Amino acid sequence: MPLLWLFLLVLAIAAGAFVLARARVMAQAGQDRRTLHSLPIYYGSNAAMKSAIPALLVLVLWLLAQPFYVNNAVSDMIPESAIADSSSRGLILAEVRRAADGLDLAVSTGGMTENEARNTRADISDVTARLSDAGAIVTSQITQPVLRAAQQFRVLNSAGYQIMSAVVLLIAAAGALWGFKETKPDFRARNVVEQGVRALLIAAASIAILTTLGIVLSLVFNTIEFFRLYPASDFFFGTSWAPSFSGRGGSSDLGILPLLWGTFYISIVALVVAVPIGLFAAIYLSEYASSRVRAFAKPMLEVLAGIPTIVYGLFALLTVGPLLVQVFGDDGLGWMQAGTAVMTAGLVMGIMLIPFVSSLSDDIINAVPQSMRDGSYGLGATQSETIRQVVIPAALPGIVGAILLAASRAIGETMIVVLGAGAAARLSLNPFDAMTTVTAKIVSQLTGDSDFASPEALVAFALGMTLFVITLGLNVLALYIVRKYREQYE
Amino acid sequence: MYDIPHHTQETAVTDVKIKAKDVQVYYGNNHAIKDVSVEIENNTVTAFIGPSGCGKSTFLRCLNRMNDTIDICRVEGDILIDGDDIYDKRVDPVQLRAKVGMVFQKPNPFPKSIYDNIAYGPRIHGMARNKAELDDIVERALRRGAIWDEVKDRLQAPGTGLSGGQQQRLCIARAVATEPEVLLMDEPCSALDPIATAQVEELIDELRQNYAVVIVTHSMQQAARVSQKTAFFHLGNLVEYDDTSKIFTNPEDSRTESYITGRIG
Amino acid sequence: MTDASMDNVPVKGSLTTVDARTKKRNAAEKRFKAYGLVAIMIGLFFLVVLAVSILRSGLPAFTQAEVRVEFTLTQAQFDEAESQMLKTKAYENFFIAALQSQLEERGLDVSFDPAAIERLLGKTGSTIREYFRENPDQIGTPVTFNLAASSRVDGYFKGRVSRDTVVDSRFLEVTDLDLVDALADAGIIITAFNWNFITGSDSGVDNPGGAGIGVSVIGSFFMMLVVLALSLPIGVAASIYLEEFAPQNWFTDLIEVNISNLAAVPSIVFGILGLAVFIQFMHLPQSAPLVGGLVLTLMTLPTIIISTRASLKSVPPSIREAALGVGASKMQTVFHHVLPLAAPGILTGTIIGLAQALGETAPLLLIGMVGFIARAYPEGVVSGFIDPNSAMPAQIYTWAARADAGFYEKAWGGIIILLIFLLTMNIIAIILRRRFERRW
Repeated sequence: MPLLWLFLLVLAIAAGAFVLARARVMAQAGQDRRTLHSLPIYYGSNAAMKSAIPALLVLVLWLLAQPFYVNNAVSDMIPESAIADSSSRGLILAEVRRAADGLDLAVSTGGMTENEARNTRADISDVTARLSDAGAIVTSQITQPVLRAAQQFRVLNSAGYQIMSAVVLLIAAAGALWGFKETKPDFRARNVVEQGVRALLIAAASIAILTTLGIVLSLVFNTIEFFRLYPASDFFFGTSWAPSFSGRGGSSDLGILPLLWGTFYISIVALVVAVPIGLFAAIYLSEYASSRVRAFAKPMLEVLAGIPTIVYGLFALLTVGPLLVQVFGDDGLGWMQAGTAVMTAGLVMGIMLIPFVSSLSDDIINAVPQSMRDGSYGLGATQSETIRQVVIPAALPGIVGAILLAASRAIGETMIVVLGAGAAARLSLNPFDAMTTVTAKIVSQLTGDSDFASPEALVAFALGMTLFVITLGLNVLALYIVRKYREQYE
Repeated sequence: MYDIPHHTQETAVTDVKIKAKDVQVYYGNNHAIKDVSVEIENNTVTAFIGPSGCGKSTFLRCLNRMNDTIDICRVEGDILIDGDDIYDKRVDPVQLRAKVGMVFQKPNPFPKSIYDNIAYGPRIHGMARNKAELDDIVERALRRGAIWDEVKDRLQAPGTGLSGGQQQRLCIARAVATEPEVLLMDEPCSALDPIATAQVEELIDELRQNYAVVIVTHSMQQAARVSQKTAFFHLGNLVEYDDTSKIFTNPEDSRTESYITGRIG
Repeated sequence: MTDASMDNVPVKGSLTTVDARTKKRNAAEKRFKAYGLVAIMIGLFFLVVLAVSILRSGLPAFTQAEVRVEFTLTQAQFDEAESQMLKTKAYENFFIAALQSQLEERGLDVSFDPAAIERLLGKTGSTIREYFRENPDQIGTPVTFNLAASSRVDGYFKGRVSRDTVVDSRFLEVTDLDLVDALADAGIIITAFNWNFITGSDSGVDNPGGAGIGVSVIGSFFMMLVVLALSLPIGVAASIYLEEFAPQNWFTDLIEVNISNLAAVPSIVFGILGLAVFIQFMHLPQSAPLVGGLVLTLMTLPTIIISTRASLKSVPPSIREAALGVGASKMQTVFHHVLPLAAPGILTGTIIGLAQALGETAPLLLIGMVGFIARAYPEGVVSGFIDPNSAMPAQIYTWAARADAGFYEKAWGGIIILLIFLLTMNIIAIILRRRFERRW
């Protein structure tokens, strides 16, 4: 991994700068550290910081920018005529990359010399054969433009990496020199280093913003791409979900309504299970339970929250589903065709959400001041009257917030519905029918296929966007309500 | 040493409402109240005074079994109201508290409308047969709480929107709405400004007509102003219990004298 | 304000008699309390059902029916077999003959044909040939072979397959079960601990018996290394900034809002992010633990930041004032005093964050860690990070999605192993908290 070496080399330069700068300032001070402005370690750190950080920053930016540049350059090499009707530029470029990877592989395994790989007049069928000999994945015969582009791709990339290595090492060296030159006993090294550390801290904190930005950008760009291929109105108002598996024909129905319906139906079933149980559990734990019962029951309930969702998914598929079929299936009431259904997924999701609802409500009920309860007891109210008529109304905004958060969890939950809800998109009222959800379809549209150019794959991003917007809206609303509620009693 | 207001002299004909005998209270291993015996009279304001942590609030909360809500609290001895032992197994604390109302240190209106705050007690005790009767009860309680004129136009406004003094009078009105026979007040003026305090004190004096009022207070001046009988607590013991005038002018116990002259406390 | 209208005041009876209304109210009180208790019971009941169904369905994955046969191959037989066209077939015949003679020795008279043995054990010849070619010095001495029985036979011992449900197929015929019973009586088929499940790799779609979770445990391990290496320093740095340095301005607010929202974004959205940014845009390898680790890092960061900030907040200001008072800089105060004191709390939060990441499945589905057959252990550290692999929850999902019911058992078994890891991590976190918890 040359990249790893480059990284280590930069670190080595930085380490060298550290040692030299520290030695220099000690020499200048005649080995008496009392005459220095800062501790010797700060002079070393200053030099190391100046050599490593700009160099690594350039390295990262370069790595991000180079694919863009190379892609554009290579893309220009492929004439419009070389793109078949059923294909797109994106697909051809993917093929170019595959061919380039294949050439790399062939060179590294010795199936081809570097010169052969670069030979622009090479025979295509020979190259194809030798690539597949070397174990590269070659989908079909490589065409002339693709081979040329792939070769150019490799040339540009390797040139790019060489220049990058040179530039990065140069910057590291220059930074080291700069830090070394600055090193004098009266230089305020500690302040400078602390500024640098502070900048690093800010950068770490900004990753949260970058993540959100990354989510939004990756959703938005692909969603726009999707709406270019598929009309937005059909997506938002279509009542049928039937993607064609064959490929890029316009025969797919990609209406989101059946998926949204499935999502909401399952979430509602889940909330119907989780909210009463969670709320009553919270009331019991915070108002009635002795400390011993509380010490036992609360962590036990929270175990339910710590179990990974894949476990719940399996529980739905293999335990709850078959159990429900026994009761409601053809041998029983005859309402249920198969184990995967809205009821199965909703019930299991409800179980998963119980501790979520109960621990949030518990916190919120505990935030209601004791004086409120005393006031009610003082008037001769029983405990349940106090809870129902004073505590719960006082805690209501917070509880609503907690339920909204739980709803957002339910809507975004994936594994339980993938395994427990079924795959058929359906607009039905029967909770024992199999239905599917937004999250389940994101998974099924994006797994296996690495080609992002078709509407059938891109629709997943539009689904993701919808999901993101809905859950974000719920979260923001819920967090706002809960914060307002807390401020009221602080 | 204090000016005793004139009305404390005209002590009414009294009968004993609450009789406590050898009361002990424990918080876990902490012996908070030791051997307290006291007789509280009807139509009288009785003040409990003493330094912080002397047990006066704890004892007050025994009188309507508010201490039941604290797990580690244990009460021994007899407390009789109208001859009934309130710690008898057959006594339901809920019924007891309807008879012995309580007002707390900090005004604690429920997050409901003013009307619903007052109507809460009558509703849970089923005191009104219809809406008109409930309206009557609410108005009477607010009048007795001396706050009717201030809130009669906004009965549906939230009780939490009132000023501190108004909130406390609302809480007093809420307590009297259930027609208690005894009214316990735990430092009812400690969170109020002097003007609101004066209003509440005036109200306490009026309430004496119908109830036995027990008030815990930090302020000796307040005790002197509003009460007819005063009990001085110290370190969990009832040191002295007598007419307020006697306590403040001629205390028998040296500890009482030290406290009211400001040497301990 | 004397009040004349005392007439409609209900007359209060003695305190010692409970009136009808109070009785009714107390009954309502009891009912209400019972609802709460029932809710708790339901919650705990679900927990028990979950635990029971995991254990009942998952424990069989740790055992495997094996045929244990002591077998001696003579040099003559070896030479003879190696000279034939169908070499493995020849070995198989020797083996079957040995099995037959063992049965006769024990006085069991069961006739069977080689095809039945193949249905029971698969093709045994290649295993035997492989062994003797690698260990030629063992030729002529008795060697005990433990050969895994086929999935159906295994299922027969575990109750998954019974005589009533068996349908004759190329996998198993009803008559084979007589042979199985006979072999079991003779102690030749035994149920043994299935080490292969813990250490082995995933098998093909038609061989549930050979499937193991070992390789995907390694995949998870490398993923967790990435998560730990990135989320701990970044999370701590971000928390220190927000808690100790950040001024009150729009930028800080923006960060705060982002963190609290990211904590509630569905995990599948992080999968989409990983797919679009790391694979589509940066062209990092698909199915690689590195990419999985990056995605899980972004997902775990908010959790770690939130818990780290809580532990930083719990360090009392007096400590900071003391350090600042002797002339330490703000930065020195934080790194020399606050951070060490908050370390146990940070560590606890990190472990819990890691445990959460370890069990997360949905984002892994999108970056290609599913459907992929994790056959081989990575060759080295670098290969561990970038070669395609699976991860524990992804492997469990893969098994659950396969058609053969034999894989369900493996999926449940995988869950037991996953939960053991999670339990261990959480117990470590609890011990850390108990041991180092400090009340100020």
